[in-house]
Amino acid sequence: MAKIVASVNCSHVPAIGVAWDLGKTETPYWAPVFKGFDFSKKWIAAVDPDVVILVYNDHASAFSVELIPTFALGCTEEFKPADEGWGPRPVPIVKGHPVLAAHLAQAIILDGFDLTIVNKLDVDHGATVPLTLMFGQPAEWPCLIIPLAVNVVQYPPPTGERCYNLGKAIKKAVESYPEDLRVVIFGTGGMSHQLQGKRAGLINRDFDTRLLDNLSKDPESVAKIPFIDYFREAGSEGIEMVMWLISRGALEANVREIHRFYHVPASNTALGHLILENESFAKA
Amino acid sequence: MASAPKRLKGDLMTQPSPFDDVPGTTLFDAERSRQGYHLNMFCMSLMKPANREQFKANEAGYLNKFPLTPEQRDAVLKRDWNRMIALGGNIYFLAKLFSTDGLSFQHVAAEMTGSTQEAYAQMMLNGGRSIEGNRSKSEGKHRG
Repeated sequence: MAKIVASVNCSHVPAIGVAWDLGKTETPYWAPVFKGFDFSKKWIAAVDPDVVILVYNDHASAFSVELIPTFALGCTEEFKPADEGWGPRPVPIVKGHPVLAAHLAQAIILDGFDLTIVNKLDVDHGATVPLTLMFGQPAEWPCLIIPLAVNVVQYPPPTGERCYNLGKAIKKAVESYPEDLRVVIFGTGGMSHQLQGKRAGLINRDFDTRLLDNLSKDPESVAKIPFIDYFREAGSEGIEMVMWLISRGALEANVREIHRFYHVPASNTALGHLILENESFAKA
Repeated sequence: MASAPKRLKGDLMTQPSPFDDVPGTTLFDAERSRQGYHLNMFCMSLMKPANREQFKANEAGYLNKFPLTPEQRDAVLKRDWNRMIALGGNIYFLAKLFSTDGLSFQHVAAEMTGSTQEAYAQMMLNGGRSIEGNRSKSEGKHRG
């Protein structure tokens, strides 16, 4: 059967993609950011997943105000890098797993989560920056990738509880797929940041640290954080962190924290990164 | 035919909103999304290189294609980012406009705070804007 063995959480700040694409990874400003992922690149090469389920949010790239799905699962063969106003990022096309994705859509919808099925989806920095941070710049991404886009742009986004339970539904759905596949789930976005208005630049290290601490040990407490707490305490864009609950819900109750990295600033944002492995997972 | 409803009805909208208590921050909800629909769709159009070229060549003429309010149109031409947000714009849509201008999120964030680029960049290097004093317009009442 297919099995999710670990989760990768990380911020998806667009400026990180720009820095990478322009070869600025060694500058004093960016070097510490990329260094935080040196371990992660080695770790994921060792885990060598067949499939990544990539939970991210679209930033008005594939979905405008014309259509705002709460949870949208990418079910097709290919997802191209989006042109966000400065041309598409020069990164590989994301190759999907349409058979597993169709299975997941069916199982998860029957389990009570009304996913939107997407067969045309250009992926923006929300999806491509975490891939760059974890895999660098290969000619092709080393695994198949199923994007799951979550609305966190227009209020209300899904609640923390809903996201955590969707993660549990994803876990069940993956485990009901007959082929032996090793799956890693990414939960991206955050941490504290605000990109708009007079309060732009807000960072809340204490809030972020508590979330990093509790995600492994006490995810239920994180799932109970209401929208207003993210909005007030972690900035208007901090709500992206609800997506970390989807990836956490997809793991077992007991997990090992393998790696943690936190750095301020990456542009306007507190960059957070966490790798959790299921306790039952033993790398070969 | 009944006249168009002016506001969403229901408890959600008749109670004072806790979101309005957060200083210097605008919630992008369904009502603002409706108000800013054409402004945001104008921004989306700039994801196509040909449209970016047309817009750069003649901004006012290009904007005629979109039924913006005079206030929205003026805010776009003046690149008044806070005003665009107040008129229903969302930062991720506005990003298409400032990317067309060759500006970064950090540059525009600094402008919105009224800070100089240097002072804003230094604030971020120093750990960002503190949450202390920035939680609530009525800070004394808040127990967070």
